Amino acid sequence: MTATALTPRALARQRRRRALAAFWNAFRRDREGVIGLVLLLVCVAVAVMAPLFVDADELSVTRASGPPLVGPSGAYPLGTDDDGRSVLTMVVWGSRTSLLVGLTATAISMVIGTVVGVAAGHFRGRPGGLLDRVTDFFLVVPFLPLAIVLATVLRDRWPDLPKVLAVIVVIGITSWPVTARLVRAQALAVEGRPYLERAKALGAGNWHQITRHVLPNVMPVVFANTTLSVSIAILAETTLSFLGLGDPLNPSWGTLLDGAYSAGAVSRGAWWWAVFPGLAVAVTVLGFNLCGRAVERVLDPRLRGRV
Amino acid sequence: MTLLDIRDLAVTYRTGGGELPAVRGVDLTVEAGQTVGIAGESGCGKSTLAGAVLRLLPATATVTGEVLLEDQDVLAMSWGKLRAVRWSEASIVFQGALHGLNPVQRIGRQIAEPILVHEPGTGAKAAARRATDLLEQVGVPAWRTGSYPHELSGGQRQRVMIAMALACNPQLVIADEPTTALDVMVQAQVLALLRDLVRDRRVGLLLISHDLSVLADACDRVAVMYAGRIVEHGPGGRLFDSAAHPYARALAAAFPVVGDRMSRLAPHGLPGDPPDPRELPSGCPFRPRCPEAVPLCAAEDVRLRPAGLDREAACVHVGVPA
Amino acid sequence: MAIPAVASASETAEVAAAGRRISRAGGGRWVLRKLFGAALTLAFVLVFNFVLFRLMPGDPAKAFLRGRAANPERLIQLRQQLGLGEPLPVQFWRYAMATVSGNLGDSWSMGNRPVTELIAERLWPTVLLSGTSVVLAALIGMWLGARAGWRHGRAFDKLTSGAAIGLYSLPEWWFGLLLLLLFGSTTGLALFPSGGMTDPRGGLNPAVDALYHLVLPCATLTLVYIAEYSLVMRSSVLDERYADYLTTARAKGLRDDQVLSRHALPNALLPTLTLFFMSLGYVVSGAITVETVFSWPGLGYLSYEALSGPDIPLLQGLFLVFSASVILLNLVADLIYPFIDPRVRLA
Repeated sequence: MTATALTPRALARQRRRRALAAFWNAFRRDREGVIGLVLLLVCVAVAVMAPLFVDADELSVTRASGPPLVGPSGAYPLGTDDDGRSVLTMVVWGSRTSLLVGLTATAISMVIGTVVGVAAGHFRGRPGGLLDRVTDFFLVVPFLPLAIVLATVLRDRWPDLPKVLAVIVVIGITSWPVTARLVRAQALAVEGRPYLERAKALGAGNWHQITRHVLPNVMPVVFANTTLSVSIAILAETTLSFLGLGDPLNPSWGTLLDGAYSAGAVSRGAWWWAVFPGLAVAVTVLGFNLCGRAVERVLDPRLRGRV
Repeated sequence: MTLLDIRDLAVTYRTGGGELPAVRGVDLTVEAGQTVGIAGESGCGKSTLAGAVLRLLPATATVTGEVLLEDQDVLAMSWGKLRAVRWSEASIVFQGALHGLNPVQRIGRQIAEPILVHEPGTGAKAAARRATDLLEQVGVPAWRTGSYPHELSGGQRQRVMIAMALACNPQLVIADEPTTALDVMVQAQVLALLRDLVRDRRVGLLLISHDLSVLADACDRVAVMYAGRIVEHGPGGRLFDSAAHPYARALAAAFPVVGDRMSRLAPHGLPGDPPDPRELPSGCPFRPRCPEAVPLCAAEDVRLRPAGLDREAACVHVGVPA
Repeated sequence: MAIPAVASASETAEVAAAGRRISRAGGGRWVLRKLFGAALTLAFVLVFNFVLFRLMPGDPAKAFLRGRAANPERLIQLRQQLGLGEPLPVQFWRYAMATVSGNLGDSWSMGNRPVTELIAERLWPTVLLSGTSVVLAALIGMWLGARAGWRHGRAFDKLTSGAAIGLYSLPEWWFGLLLLLLFGSTTGLALFPSGGMTDPRGGLNPAVDALYHLVLPCATLTLVYIAEYSLVMRSSVLDERYADYLTTARAKGLRDDQVLSRHALPNALLPTLTLFFMSLGYVVSGAITVETVFSWPGLGYLSYEALSGPDIPLLQGLFLVFSASVILLNLVADLIYPFIDPRVRLA
């Protein structure tokens, strides 16, 4: 029998490992979640392995070799655009930017949102109130107009900034309030718990309280929210690129669709050019959505059997 | 006359983890003008029993046996007949009246609703008047008829539930934990109200509670339930003074006697928890916690046997097998 | 994603729970507080708007005269007109005052017409499109969601929930492209025009023609909004489904549909109504991409056109109008709510 005394650190690590294993077991049994996970793993795999399959020439407007505006056929399973580039190649390549922007923007918004949410929950009074106001302000202002305005200013003010970075920043700035609101609610719940009072009475400083008590209890909510945030971020990037705020040097599915629309793909009957990139977005976002909802179900037993 | 005759009722829930027998063969009768109490800890099946009488259990419940309400088997009725019988012949007063009432509907309307359902000829005004009358009968001011549930106190809400239960002049009223979550003074008032109503209207009352003090005083007969079965039943007042079944004795002993300082110090209470219905011990389900268990208890599942005048108990130490 | 995204289940549950929180409200002081809050947020938007665009480098005067001969005198005159030489707080004050009096500046494109004029002109097509979509989506979506939630786990529920999540994962404008491809006049079944709009005020024929143009963009927006409303309604109904008062209702002898309509729905409706009012605020801004796809001459399309400049005053003005509409409609929703939910006391 185990007689060795484990240090508190080791104990915590062991507990965490067990919790992770339990989470995976529960997640594994959720059919929707597994489907979602498979979908998004496929997308990530495509994005990561794209350079192995894509010939840089095929992406260039001038050097592409295919016949323009050909429908799905043998050599071009997804058809070609009006410059003769294979839509399949472009969709595969576009996955990189779309996923990159989605994941990075989410990472930014998650970090900012968690920091602000925890701070707003912990520091009541003036600073907390101010953070609340800022969060609420960003929540009220409608997303797309705000994003458009921010993107325009960024591009104008810093024209040398890679446009893709501008998109990432804009999405990050417009998404953190949603995370912050969730985190704030959870942090407030944690703050009210008795063991935090005890910790304070024992002399725990703000830093210790936050990192050892509040943060670990807030993280499950953050993780559940993250997967869904990625899908929102990918949709946001696609929309912004479609409106012309994307980065032509780093084509994503959104810029593809913008190109298709601007070239009049619809009126010229080149439906493959508009349909397939959008389908790629839909499948990826669906994957993240299914996965995210499954994560929520697993982490919050109240939602089980309901959602 | 016999209002309610429950014969060999058994209720099993189908859950993801297997079958859960909540009620395992219960026989019970309630006569007109009689108050019958059911006592037991949480999880013994008493609320399931209450729900089964009017077939209010979820679809996952399998119900067998007979529930004769004025000689008609509720379990065999068609849906239409059942809906007609509900509330007009037997009604229920639920526990936790805060959630038993629709939060966004005025209480006058909620009381009048069953009247309009079961006596469609009654106009809305007449039904509203009857509702107001009922409120006054239970001691709630008539002007409250336009109030919402959250505007009333806990005691008032419970009274509203009682008024509502009487709306269609049923023969039988089932009160499931009517005094839980009320403070002692209000409890006494509600019990007095129930007693008066039973006396004045000659209804039969099935009173379910985990609180023995409530039952001992108000009931003509009391049945003690454990693990889905009745383990003892007998006359109300005397049952707990001289309980035959060890569980009933332990229940009675768990309540200190007011005024007797020594009883507070005497050891009482039962170790352990009620058994998981999915994993009942062999033989008598009370055996693991019973201070008087003998080897025979593990072998034989004891049924009710005579244990004195007008009394039965399911214990090997009691009398001889019936 | 025009409406606040409610894809996450916990957020859906949160909205559903928000409708049930018993709170104190009402009375003159409360109304004043809400009004003040809205005004404050509006002021923030104004400041934000101003600061953001002052960050732009370059000479607004030159941009204003873009493409036209800019003789130095004209530039100086213009700079003075635009108040560009003055200290920042003064500029802000002028901007605030101008805005409050309804002057949002002149557009840099579109023939330098006043921004207010352009917005007023394009406002009602957007309201027509988005308003119709929201109302249709609310009615249909709530019915679907209620039925799905009441018959939890059955085929109808699984089907509608699955469809809702699917719709939710699409960019709404891409769905519009699909519809265009399928039904538009240049390809596919050629059932509907592929864009634009006609003025319905000329009589019956123009009105019918306008309606004809409305079908596809409206269908696009409606289907996406339906997904959202049905998910929220479903969640609210599920919350109520196991409530005790429903058992009481059944015990009274009510039929299943009566239990749903008389007891469960009124309670479940509250959070959905909250969402509905909240989404009204986004009616104005929500259709930006769909209008673009269908060339529907509303504020959304105007935004897209302003982007190509970028036409700063126009973008600024549009941002203000979009934000103000959300703030205003949220205020209305807040003020109306106590009248809908009897549990919120009117002090």
